[in-house]
Amino acid sequence: MKTNEVPQDIGNLANASMKELCYAIDKKGKYTTKLSDGWKVKTLVLNKSLELIEERAQEFKNNFKKGRISPIPYFMEINRMDLTVLSGYMNKWKWVLKRHFKPLIFDKLSQKILQKYADTFNISVDNFKNCNNE
Amino acid sequence: MKIAFQHKQAAHCENGVISNLLIHNGYAISEPLAFGIGSGLFFVFLPFFKINLAPAISFRPMPGFIFKRLCKRLGIKIKHQKFKNTATAKTSLDALLQKKIPVGLQVGVYDLTYFPDAYRFHFNAHNLVVYEKKEDTYLISDPVMENVTTLTTKELEKVRFSKGTFAPKGHLYYPIKFPEALPLKKAILKGIKATCRDMLAPVPIVGVKGMRMVAKAIKKWPKKVGTKKTNHYLGQIVRMQEEIGTGGGGFRFIYGAFLQEASEILKLPELIKFSKEITEIGDLWRDFAIDASRLYKNRSSEFDGYTKVADKLLILANKEEDFFKRLKKTIAQYG
Repeated sequence: MKTNEVPQDIGNLANASMKELCYAIDKKGKYTTKLSDGWKVKTLVLNKSLELIEERAQEFKNNFKKGRISPIPYFMEINRMDLTVLSGYMNKWKWVLKRHFKPLIFDKLSQKILQKYADTFNISVDNFKNCNNE
Repeated sequence: MKIAFQHKQAAHCENGVISNLLIHNGYAISEPLAFGIGSGLFFVFLPFFKINLAPAISFRPMPGFIFKRLCKRLGIKIKHQKFKNTATAKTSLDALLQKKIPVGLQVGVYDLTYFPDAYRFHFNAHNLVVYEKKEDTYLISDPVMENVTTLTTKELEKVRFSKGTFAPKGHLYYPIKFPEALPLKKAILKGIKATCRDMLAPVPIVGVKGMRMVAKAIKKWPKKVGTKKTNHYLGQIVRMQEEIGTGGGGFRFIYGAFLQEASEILKLPELIKFSKEITEIGDLWRDFAIDASRLYKNRSSEFDGYTKVADKLLILANKEEDFFKRLKKTIAQYG
């Protein structure tokens, strides 16, 4: 990559504030560093990944409305969490959390556990129970 | 009197922190040097281990490895500390800052307030330096940021105790002992040798063999998991290759910069040739990224495009195999 090839595509607003350092070759063939405003290839891929998260979240929400699952998968998705991360914050085993995905078991959870979930997802207990992300 | 901490932006957080800490202590180790000596160039494919719903691929060794190997090869002693308790983690950090020792920290990215939202994922092996505390605010030198920033006590505690894979547990580190003179030449040779060994490893998931395995998998994915998932898988490869920290082209450009610097230090003009070659290989990686990302737009179910992308990866594997074999031979002559 030459210094004049360092991509300067100002992409999504989200990363406008951040410039990345790239290593590139100057006219004399020497390595130097140059800041990049972003690269459209990267922006595309990142946006597609975020779209997928959005899509999956919507699906979890629909399934919640149909009474098939608890709201937990929805909030995990919008917080970009996997079970390992959630298990760390909840201080519970993954299989315990997975059980909580079932509506019948979720309905029996204590106020204390619900509060812990709500705190983890940074949301009120009411909104959490109703799968409401406001 | 100690000099004030100098912030310098880097491509990769781990190398950036090491480089900044060493420079602060009076040892001019640039980011590419740190990367090369620590053998940062790597490739591994873990087909059964999923990250972001896609098979895991990494262009770097496990977090912390570059740092560990760099310090071992240069004979620098580092003090590492992890904590169970957030309060002790805080007092330990504050005590060090009181002594005006800049401290490296391992943190989670998700709650870093100064990061743009799109980059906030639960990645727990980010590194930064805290160099001062003013009342309730910590002054932060995050190597991927252009300028220094700040975090409040509460914010810092949150990122130091983020949860999930590689949870940092308050991990802090700082150099405590340096050798009289850094064995730079020896360390560079060792670093290059280890990279050649890694990339040519006789293990199917590592190095060029790993790249070939990915190429094979790409050809199978469209039939096996459908085009939508395949596109997502390819997208994740591109992300690992180009995301913040790689300096582009899956670290190949940083490595080119390293070989150029190494050739001057070792007085080996041959390495300049290698530096140019790896730069060209890096450009090819970027072409690969462009082609792979284009497939997102490919809505038809023709598999031709995937085969082409896979073949590109095979070419890259062949080129790198040849490259590292020759590099290994060249370096072997010098010890």
